[in-house]
Parts: sequence; C-alpha cells; structure tokens
Amino acid sequence: MEFSPHTADDLEAMLAVVGVTDLDALFDHIPPTSRLGRPLDLAAGLTEDEVLGRMGRLAAANRTDAVCFAGGGAYDHVVPSVVGALVSRGELLTAYTPYQPEVSQGMLQALFEYQTVICELTGLPVANASLYDGGSAVAEAVSMACAATRRNGVVLSGALDAPSRRIVRTYGHPLGRAVAEVACDPASGRTPVTALPADSAAVVVAQPNALGVVEDVRAHAEGAHAAGAKLIVKLEPTAVGLLATPGSQGADLVVGEGQPLGQGLQFGGPTFGFLACTGDQVRRLPGRIVGETVDHRGTRGYVMTLRAREQDIRRERATSNICTNQTLNAVAALIYLTWLGPQGLRDLARNCLVLARYAAERLTAVDGVELAVDGPFLKEFAVRLDVADPHAAVGALHEAGYLIGPVVGDGPAAGAVMVATTERRTRAEIDGLAEALRGVLRELGSGLAGVGASRGRGA
Amino acid sequence: MGPLRIAEPTVFDKSRPGRRAAVFPRPDVPDVDPRAVLPGVELASAPPALPEIGELDLVRHFTRLSHRNHGIDVGFYPLGSCSMKYNPRQAEAAAGLSGFRNLHPWAPDTAAQGTLELLWALEQWLVELTGLSAATLQPAAGAHGELTGLMLMRAYHEDRGDARRSIVVPDSAHGTNPASAAMCGYEVVTVPSGADGLVDVDALDGLVDEHTAGLMLTNPNTVGLFEVEIERIAAVLHRVGALLYYDGANFNAICGRVRPGDMGFDVVHLNVHKTFATPHGGGGPGAGPVVVSGRLAPYLPAPAVVRSDDGAGGHRYGWDADRPKSIGRLHGFHGNTGILLRAYSYLLAHGGDGLANMSAKAVLGARYVAAQVTDVLPLGYAEHPPMHEFVSTGKGLRAHGVRVTDLCKRLIDLGYHPPTNYFPLIVEEALMVEPTESESRETLDGFAQALRRIVAEAADDPELLHDAPVTTPVGRLDEGKAGRELVLRWRPPGGGAAAGGGAAAGGAAGGGAAGGGAAGGGAAGGAVATPA
Repeated sequence: MEFSPHTADDLEAMLAVVGVTDLDALFDHIPPTSRLGRPLDLAAGLTEDEVLGRMGRLAAANRTDAVCFAGGGAYDHVVPSVVGALVSRGELLTAYTPYQPEVSQGMLQALFEYQTVICELTGLPVANASLYDGGSAVAEAVSMACAATRRNGVVLSGALDAPSRRIVRTYGHPLGRAVAEVACDPASGRTPVTALPADSAAVVVAQPNALGVVEDVRAHAEGAHAAGAKLIVKLEPTAVGLLATPGSQGADLVVGEGQPLGQGLQFGGPTFGFLACTGDQVRRLPGRIVGETVDHRGTRGYVMTLRAREQDIRRERATSNICTNQTLNAVAALIYLTWLGPQGLRDLARNCLVLARYAAERLTAVDGVELAVDGPFLKEFAVRLDVADPHAAVGALHEAGYLIGPVVGDGPAAGAVMVATTERRTRAEIDGLAEALRGVLRELGSGLAGVGASRGRGA
Repeated sequence: MGPLRIAEPTVFDKSRPGRRAAVFPRPDVPDVDPRAVLPGVELASAPPALPEIGELDLVRHFTRLSHRNHGIDVGFYPLGSCSMKYNPRQAEAAAGLSGFRNLHPWAPDTAAQGTLELLWALEQWLVELTGLSAATLQPAAGAHGELTGLMLMRAYHEDRGDARRSIVVPDSAHGTNPASAAMCGYEVVTVPSGADGLVDVDALDGLVDEHTAGLMLTNPNTVGLFEVEIERIAAVLHRVGALLYYDGANFNAICGRVRPGDMGFDVVHLNVHKTFATPHGGGGPGAGPVVVSGRLAPYLPAPAVVRSDDGAGGHRYGWDADRPKSIGRLHGFHGNTGILLRAYSYLLAHGGDGLANMSAKAVLGARYVAAQVTDVLPLGYAEHPPMHEFVSTGKGLRAHGVRVTDLCKRLIDLGYHPPTNYFPLIVEEALMVEPTESESRETLDGFAQALRRIVAEAADDPELLHDAPVTTPVGRLDEGKAGRELVLRWRPPGGGAAAGGGAAAGGAAGGGAAGGGAAGGGAAGGAVATPA
C-alpha cells in the first residue's frame, strides 16, 4: 500500500515551511560517521497482495490440521466469534494507554470490568489490569512477596510449569534471589508441604499443576503462613468452573496465564497474565490499575489510579518497570468470560473433565500407556509411554494427525507426556487418538522408527 | 459525539440470573460426577459470579464502550514517544490466517516451520536495521525488552568476572529506564542534560567509572533531539568498559538512516507497536525485540530460533535450547508472535527504501508542525532541530492562569487526542508532539491551527480551557477520590457480596494496613471500598 498521504505538492510545500531542500537534508545535522550512508540491505517493498501472498505461504507451512490434545498452559478452547469482532473495533484496537480518561472511558470501563472478573475467578479482592503472560506474572508476584516480607527467597513447586520456574530464576538472578524447588510426590504428582528456608518470601504452586494434578491449596497456604511467607498460586483459570477459588483457600497472590480465556492458540502469544492479591498488598501491585471515580458533575467515570507505584512517576523506585501490558487481550478475556457466564464456565469445566476421564481410560487401555501419576486431574493429565524417546512418539503421533504434549522435562515424572481435552474434543477424536497411539507404540517399540525418522519431515 | 454521551452501565449491572450466551452440550462420553472422581478436592459451591447477559447485549455493551474511546482510527493522536501511526489492516489480515492463529505453542518444530521461518527472517531484518548481530523476540513489550537488554549486559560483565553496580540514565529518560535498571539490581545514576537538551558529556565523563555497567539512551532523546555527540558518549562509556543501551522508543526517527550499532550501541530494544505500526491495543499487546552485538549474543534468552540446511537445498528451522550462557526465559511461550508477524508484514510492505522514507516523513511532519506553532509554544530546547517529535513548553500560558493540562483538555473538545504532556521532566509544562508520517498535511495544519487557537483562547477566555472538555461523556475526573477511596472492582448495589465465588474474596486479606499509607483505614480487605 501507499503509506504516505503526501502528494508531490504537499512535500514541496512542507519542505519549504521547514526550510530544507529535500528529505535527506532533514538529517544533515547528524554526524556523517553516524549515518548509514547506503541503502538498507533489505528487499524492496511489496504490495498488499504480495505481502499477503508471502504471509499466506508462511502460514500454510505451519501444520495446524492435527487434532489438538496438547496442553502445557495453552489449550484449544472455543473462541466465540464475538471476541474477534469486538476487539478488532478500531476505537479499541488503535488506542493506547488511557492517559486521557475523558476520551478513554471505553477502555477504562472495560478494564474495570476485567479487574472484577479476575477478582471473581481468583477469589481475591484486587486485580491489576494485566501483565505480559502467566510466567512473568509469577515473577512479578514473587517480587511483591519479597517486598512485603522483606525476604529474598522463594520456594517453587517442581510441578510449576518449567517455563515459569525458569522465568522466576531469570528475574531473580540479578537481585540475588534464592530460588529453591520442591519435587512433587512421584506417586500422586502433588507438591508436598515442606519446611521452608528461613528467608522464604513465598511458596509458588500451580493449580492444577504442570502434571494436571489438583493441589491442596489450603494446606500450602497454612504451610506458607506458618513460616511467615506468602502463598502464590498460578491458576489455570477454567479450573474454577469446578474448584474452589485459591483466594477462598488462603492464597495471598493468584496469578495465571490468560490463554484459555478466549485468546486462541496463536503460538502462545499474544495472551496475557493476570494477577490478583489480598487488599493489603494493593500498593505493591505492578502495572496499571483502574479505579472508579466521578467527574465534577458527579457522573461515574474511570481512571488509572495508584499511579505513584508506576515507572513513569516513581522511576527507579517503582513496583515494576511494566508500562505497555496486554490490554486488548485482557478485554478479549472479559468479552469471553461475559459470553461464558457462570453456568457456561461450569459446563465447560465439567465437559473438559468428563472428556479427560474418558480419554485417560481409553489411552491407558493401550498397551504401553499408563498414567504417570495418580493424583486428581481436571482437563489435563500426564501419561507415561513405553518408548525410549517420548519426543519421537509425539512426533510420530503428530504425523498420524494428533497433537499431544508437552513432554515433561524434569522431576519424578520426567519423560511423561501431557494430554489435554478441551470442550471441543469428541469421543470419536479420543478413540482415534487411542488407536493412533497404539500404532505409534507398536511401530516405535519394534524399532522401525526413531528420533531421526520422526523429525525428518517438515520444512 | 451523540452516542458518546449516553451513559453505559457496567456489564454487571446488566446481568440477570440465568441469562446466557454460551451453550455447551454434554459430550457423547460416559458422564462422571466431579465429586466422585475428585475425592478430597475442595469444589466450589457455585461458579464465579461472572456476568449473565445475552449475546446481543454483550455486543451492544462493548460497541458502546468503543464509542467512548479515541483511537488512531477515530482521529489524530499525536502522543509523543508512542508513534501513533496508521495500523495497516493488511497486518491484521495476515495475523488472522488460520496457519498462524491455530498453531499450538508446543507443536513440534516440524509443524511450525512457517512461523519459525518468519521469526528467523524478522530477526535478520532487525539485525540489518540496527547494525547489530543477533536478536531475541521473546520480550512482550518495550519495558520487557529493557529488562532483557540489561540482563544481557549484566551477564556479559559477570561472565568476565567484572561485577558492576550502576546504570547511568539521563534526567530526560523514559521512566521505564531507571525502573528496569532497578529491577535488574542496578543502582541508578542520573546524568544531567546540558543547556541544549542533550546529554552533558562532560558531566557524564565525571560520572562513569569501572563500576558503571552501562548507559541507557534514547536517540533521538525524549526532547526529540538527536544526540549529535553520540560517538563521544560511546567513547566515554567504552573507555571504562561499560556498554551502551539503546531505548528504541524513538527509532521511528532514524530507521533506515542511522543505526544504533554504527553509533556504538551494544544492545537495542525496538517497540514494534511504535516503529512497525502494530496496534497499541489500548495499552498492549506490543512486542519488544532485543538486538545485540556479537559480544552479547551468547547470553540471549533461550530457546532461540535456528536455521539449518535440510539436505535438499532448502532450510529447516527449529528451537535451540542448548545455550549454556543464556540468561534464560522471559516469556512462558515464545513472545508475542502474533504481534511480531504483523511487524514483519509491515517491514515486507515497506522494504528497505520504504523504511528510510518513512523515518524522513516522520521527521518532516514533526518539523512542519513545529514550524507553525513554536512562536506561540516555544521549543523547550531550540538549539538543535527536532526529529520525529518536538517538545514545546506551555509555561507562557501560566500568565493567564492556564496550565498545559488545560490546553490538552481543550484539544479534546476540538477533536484531537492530546499530545504527551508533563514529560520529559526537564521541560517545564512540557507538550510532546509526535505527528508520525501517516498524517496528511491538512490534518497537521488543522492541529497546528487548533494549538494556535487555544493559545489565543488562553488569553481571551481562559475559562473555556479550564472547563474543557465539555464534549466528552465525562468531564475531568476526580483522580484524588479514585486514589483515596479505591473502588477497583464492581460490587452489587447495596454493598452485598456478589454471588458465588465473590463471597470468599475477603478471606485471606486480614485487616493489615496497606504498605504505603493513604488508604482509608477500615475499608474491607484492607483497602478496597464498596461504592456508596
């Protein structure tokens, strides 16, 4: 497309007003040694048709036709059409941070409503207006707990997803934060409540955890509080269609990955992270918070509030450096949750559970497949496959039209593979997965295929 | 602005028990009782109290909210430091392709060849644009990129056994710079700007020593001026073994014409929602790729996208997690890839020439507006020509009892989103105008005339400014009340708890006073009050 609205006459007139002869002269005051002095070594521009042709070829080189039983924090839930239709409205899509509340009431009210639904999902009284993703939300919650307790250590459940554990270490390293891990029980997959090191600011568990197992949040809250530490729960948000909210069970901070809430798969981004806390921690929250107020006529309105926590006001003393967050994703989640309603969330969670139970039964009826742990699960569970390389099995199964995973990388269940059933899956698909898995295990077990063969396809 | 003025209740106010949009039929598998298959698990007595409304009212609610919001699509949005340019719909179309939209983040590499190729190619474009060596696409926003870049600098120094403790930032820097440095465990040292609005290089020289890890700099800086002594600045830092960090918020000014790597920077973050026109989304999602010189490349986040020969004359793409010196992960999946692919389509559409043209027209637009208004709204620093944005001071309006805030609110009544204001802090009553290259000459003229008109009104009829805005659904809002009374979520009228999960909310809060003080003492949950 033509990106510039300027005609030749416009350019001539504008250059004359500015007092330079041509566009290049606008850069004359920059030392020549700093200037590039040559054209960029990049391709020439393309028309829209050409761009979309190129992008279409790239999109087609991805393979998304397999039936999706993959989990690991991203799930193939239904995304109703209203979500995309509404968040693509230009007034919302092309706005920025609502610095001018009088012309940003739409976004501010939506974020206020978003904060409310996050409070409802987490069972805590305060939520911020979104973070980048679930992993960074865990890291931000750990920082809040460290600030609150004036301690600098954190104990992570080994059944917190591996990326989140890695992110906590990455964020913690420059601050000298001591990060310990507690392995889950090999039989149940649950994280045991253990004695905490003296400097522990927080314990972090996931609900359900990375093996799909429902944790005893109440026991972890009691354990953490007895040691003067906070309990941080990373919540898979659809779980509270069935489970009690972590806030009602004593969690001090509840964070999570927003992907399941109307975001679609999108290779995992953009999604958003959510963060809610008890009321006493509100001034330590990172990022934007929207509050209700009135104008001079007493009309209800919304503004960003508690701004003195934020980087543009407090600079190096801010609670976080976050500025741009994932606002539109948060609004998409609000739209999704409004579409879902309480009964929809309950039905969805229940359907996922029912399908997961059926899938577990069918898969474990296949020779060489067993549940990796025996703890209670909702929509996702870990299976152990009788193969040398579970990645090869996942690859072969994908060739057969079924996507499962991720493969558990460490801990007592290392090598197990995650299987998730959303409300979109059917009996026929589950039966098909079981049959395909039977074939894959037979093939891999007989030594006919290996890692190389299963990875040799593609491109 | 008719529809804007109609009050829109919250979605909770519209909720009626039993109303619904979503329906999920029972699946065709044997039913199970959750209580039976989840023994010992604490189940909720009722689901969370989400709104209950029909789909038409849902659509109306969010459509009406959108009517109460200004975006680039609605009108001029000269928000300095944010590059509010046109967000091309072709990028949205590309992002909507099912091959991108339906790809699971943990799909095998063989299933993700298209996206991996795209990410790899985007990294090559960013390397050429910045004059550096290698990139990571994990950071989800500019500040996330800053944190990443600083961690890379720290890893570099630590790997050399050279622990350093401070980061220098100019007094004109974006607030994210010092905040990111603090998150990265650094002490923040502020270098003053000189009388010309540029970094005082002599002062900088006196501030840096063997404890300095690096300098964070935006160039052009936040006053909109190019740091013409950048090579001397780089020499000062390099002499003590420190590194230069480039904050890419203002890259739109120089893209395709000046490269951070050529100026001596070792690490850059780019805001693709600024320079490469991905939608700002009301405050994200953005993306903040980081590009580094060769000496920082070993520390980049893992996993990284790699390309190899496929043995058949083509290439194969994959994730490489085997990066022993990596700082680790910053994102739970692979970053905001859905935003990055919009940026890539923007780059493809422009091509190399187009990008150099883009930055020149961005600079032209800013200077064109500045030339028309700086006699009444003088530049904060006039010695050097502004680049893609200019910063005026409205301190002259004070003679009429008018603040820059008043001018901004009056701009709203004339149909414009106000520029960034009261930033940078080194310019009194600052007004930071960034028109971008997207805007037509008539739009720029109209805006310049509006500014001149308002300056005249400030003298003739200051109440007009004090009362503004009057065309919006709400007037100026009581931010003090919002901060004192903290209503941060909807509550049912009458103060009762919401149904279901809401009742459990206060449980763990205790009565503890908030950490920093001004909250009303006895409010529920420590700080959160119920609306009267």
